[in-house]
Amino acid sequence: MARRGGRASRLTQLPSGVLGLAGVLAFLLVWEAIPRLGLADPEYLPPASEVLQIFFRNLGLTSFWEAVGHTMLGWALGLAIASTAAVVLGLVIGSSSFLRQATHSTIEFLRPIPSVALIPLAVLLFGVSLRSTLLLVVYASFWQVLIQMLYGVADVDTVADNTARSYGLGRLARIRYVVWPTAMPYLMTGLRLGAAVALILAVTSELVIGVPGLGHEIALAQSGGATTAMYALVLATGLIGVAINMGMRLVERRVLAWHPSVRGEVHA
Amino acid sequence: MSVLKRLGYLLGLPLLLIAIWYVLTIDSDSFFVVDPVTLAQTFVDTWVGERFWNDVAPSLVRLAVGLFFAIGLGIGLGLLIGSFRWLRSMTEPVLEFLRAIPPPVLVPILMILVGINDQMKVLVIISGSIWPVLLNTVEGVRSVDDVLLDTGRVYRITGWLRITRLVLPAASPQIMAGIRQALSIGLILMVISEMFASSSGLGFTIVQFQRAFAVPEMWSGVAVLGLIGLALAFIFQFVERRVLRWYHGLREVDHAG
Repeated sequence: MARRGGRASRLTQLPSGVLGLAGVLAFLLVWEAIPRLGLADPEYLPPASEVLQIFFRNLGLTSFWEAVGHTMLGWALGLAIASTAAVVLGLVIGSSSFLRQATHSTIEFLRPIPSVALIPLAVLLFGVSLRSTLLLVVYASFWQVLIQMLYGVADVDTVADNTARSYGLGRLARIRYVVWPTAMPYLMTGLRLGAAVALILAVTSELVIGVPGLGHEIALAQSGGATTAMYALVLATGLIGVAINMGMRLVERRVLAWHPSVRGEVHA
Repeated sequence: MSVLKRLGYLLGLPLLLIAIWYVLTIDSDSFFVVDPVTLAQTFVDTWVGERFWNDVAPSLVRLAVGLFFAIGLGIGLGLLIGSFRWLRSMTEPVLEFLRAIPPPVLVPILMILVGINDQMKVLVIISGSIWPVLLNTVEGVRSVDDVLLDTGRVYRITGWLRITRLVLPAASPQIMAGIRQALSIGLILMVISEMFASSSGLGFTIVQFQRAFAVPEMWSGVAVLGLIGLALAFIFQFVERRVLRWYHGLREVDHAG
């Protein structure tokens, strides 16, 4: 990086953690300053310090953790159902060229349908209950995992597969020892994408339908004019999102520790 | 593969599913389920004509404007942030946080800040779908091949030319992947912003049908959303093929080798 002269090169020498912290502080400072200087009405955009205060107070409240629990339950259950179904279907469809070609058009047709289109259906069928959330979450995250799974199964090395065949490995053994390890990195990508989408849909169903959870609390705070509380809750959903992203990346690294892509990263 | 066989693969399963659907609903009097014929009829009655111009077209315009700005701003800011290492490390945690906020919760915030109007809905779409484009552009710019950059420097390719001829094309596979995510998030937000606070638009109309228990009409609205999603996916695929033709060609050569 020596070729970039001047201030930039001195800044680059700082570790990225320090710079990141500075960035977060700058963000909070700007947020604090905008309402304080009267650039925005504090009614509508409360300063960061007040929001943080409520956020930390929330951490001691049972009702807050209950809402978090509701949201996370819908997220986890939905993701689990969707990924189990997607993995099984992906293995079945992916391992047969006939099924792959026959289902292609149907999958490509159903996949882009936005899951929010199912909101009215969820309301009619299940009303304000966990099942509404599950319907949306499962539909949205299912496709993410399925598509990756199909890519993964299609990526199986023919030489490896033929070798396994000539050693007399049966269908199940080949799935276990050849297909599964090949599809694993793809599956992890699908799970990571699916986990992020699942959170979006879990919060959406709470926000729009009124299923209990953080989204519902946000809607209540907004309609009750508790702006600062609303911002604190939004902050909480963002942090949950960050935690999910980081957690999934950690899991990915653990599960794929044997895989060249991860091994290479560690050495580099 | 013969044309007939391809057609069979393309239409076989969908036709089979529709046939099963038809048979199962032939003498069902379930309130929630509609048979395919009624659905097709309701679809035409409900959406062709005036309602298309009053409810569907404005939604689509808002979606298009929102996505246009999200993609433009995302690529612009991404180029800026991706080009400087210190700026990248500085903004990374904040961007990761902003991206992790589930976009629908921005609807109540923007309702308060901007009010309930068209700008709010466009802003909701922008503020939700900008992140995948922005972060992917940053990542794409960061991982431009060093040899390419050095070669460009040797030939004194700088400034605007360097960005449009060297950095942007090199980052374009990543950028396109980001845009693909942005499209589906944008569509979701278009619907939610109208469901939550609106008196017109596609999302509002569908909720209205649901509240009136007009089930066939509601299903036809779901079908409209599905068709929009499908159309977006098609447009994207078409554009991506053109923009990334060189890239797909390169990959094919790599795989063959």
